[in-house]
Amino acid sequence: MSALILQANHLVKTYTQRSGKFGFSTTLVKALDDVSIRLTQGKTLAVVGESGSGKSTLARCLLQLQPLDSGEVLFAGQDLAKLSGRDLRAVRKNLQMVFQDPFASLNPRMRVGEIVGEGLLIHQIGRPAEQQKSVITMLKRVGLTESDMQKYPHEFSGGQRQRVGIARALVLQPKVVVCDEPVSALDVSIQAQILLLLKELQAEMALSYVFISHDLRVVRHIADDIVVMNQGKVVEQGDVEEIYQFPQHEYTQNLLAAIPGKKATKA
Amino acid sequence: MAVTMNKANLLLQLKQVSIAPKKALSRLLVNDVTLSIKAGKTTCVVGESGSGKSLTALSVMGLMSKQLQLVTGQVLFNDGQSGEQDLSKLDDESLRKIRGAKIAMIFQEPMTSLNPVLTVGYQIGESLTAHLGLKGEALKVKVSSLLSMVGIPPSRANSYPDELSGGQRQRVMIAMSIACEPLLLIADEPTTALDVTVQAQILKLLDELKTRMNMGMLFITHDFGVVADIADDVVVMFRGEIVEAGTKVEVLGNPQHPYTKALLACVPDAEGKKPLKPIDYSWLENAA
Repeated sequence: MSALILQANHLVKTYTQRSGKFGFSTTLVKALDDVSIRLTQGKTLAVVGESGSGKSTLARCLLQLQPLDSGEVLFAGQDLAKLSGRDLRAVRKNLQMVFQDPFASLNPRMRVGEIVGEGLLIHQIGRPAEQQKSVITMLKRVGLTESDMQKYPHEFSGGQRQRVGIARALVLQPKVVVCDEPVSALDVSIQAQILLLLKELQAEMALSYVFISHDLRVVRHIADDIVVMNQGKVVEQGDVEEIYQFPQHEYTQNLLAAIPGKKATKA
Repeated sequence: MAVTMNKANLLLQLKQVSIAPKKALSRLLVNDVTLSIKAGKTTCVVGESGSGKSLTALSVMGLMSKQLQLVTGQVLFNDGQSGEQDLSKLDDESLRKIRGAKIAMIFQEPMTSLNPVLTVGYQIGESLTAHLGLKGEALKVKVSSLLSMVGIPPSRANSYPDELSGGQRQRVMIAMSIACEPLLLIADEPTTALDVTVQAQILKLLDELKTRMNMGMLFITHDFGVVADIADDVVVMFRGEIVEAGTKVEVLGNPQHPYTKALLACVPDAEGKKPLKPIDYSWLENAA
């Protein structure tokens, strides 16, 4: 049994939503309702569910990009929810995120070299020349070239941009990477490339992933453990193979039955 | 009678259609595309982004951007009454009579294709008023029946698009497109932006409607799972050209072209038995 690297206990997050005529009244929406997850060192934990189930809120709350209402996020013995300012920033070096939309998550006015190197700058890792070097190494590792440093995001295709996003997350040598639907905006042909890249990097850099996705076919290939969410609650969690073969909860069964292409394989 | 039936079977024929930007006529974005759609059947067009799937669909409706031009080819549409018409030669006035009434389209993004300041009931009714001249109570009744047909409570006719979820908006789009009972429905990635469970519902709905109204359907997608669920015939496009066409069983079960094989190989399966494979373009070098 390997060690747990990230643990979240009883997370609660509520959004207020305007409702009624002219939005005069408010209703509370529970985006996270007593959610607990555990990520094992070097493994991939997939979080699946439909839109609105709280997957992305969970991702953001894990990294403290959004304040929690209650609950604790334990990383290396520290409760991230209690940290703030400088301490939090220091810990975040180890927790990075790959965003869903490769078109919206890169600053269009920054060159790729600057985008990838920004984390090193912020955390003051190494001298400028060394920073430059690690940026180049990282870009090459994700399948881009040294000359790409001078280019702007719009000069790249969707798959290449997602590679830039991965390089940005990994240049800091993090321990945990939260991937929020990293391949759902990409073509099938590109999806496999990015998934394989993520898998290779995981093996090389001993990364642990929290992998948020709604595509159960993708999850089957990348995850070790899986958490199924519905309306802010965890309805089922466990080993991937077990859940795919013997889904206990009705919601999980529905999700699995809805995978396109099932009908054809059965027939 | 038998002859007319036979003719009516071939609803739409694209013959050697090529599309290029007006400023660079030699750069063919869609190159020599020939395909046909039969009534009551679904033809799926599959390919990566940039392969010309959507352009092909837009050319049928005459909705291409002004910067693009149909270089060669015919778009023959047979509505069973006025014989074969070349849609690419029609003027705007006659095209308008066909769009929405005989050929309808479902667009990719339900979030952006609906008008945010009009109620969904109004938007569904628009084509009914324009093409069939429905008004007042008759219109209301028809809109309600359309909404319940796609599984939305008729009371939601007075809702605005932002009050509906993504899946409901896509259902509204479908209700709009089938309002005048078109002969041909063009669906451009209608489920790409939706959750799997909602996707399954929408696909089932489209399949039922197709059968009930004997529509021909041109279905654009990049998801082979969806193809397996819904298609009768499959057309695979790559860089503006059709590389393979045939029935679903032929193309999915026994792909001939190396691109189809490569594309099929990189689709992840739900059982996790198949190893993940990046797309393989080595055949391109061999061919060149």
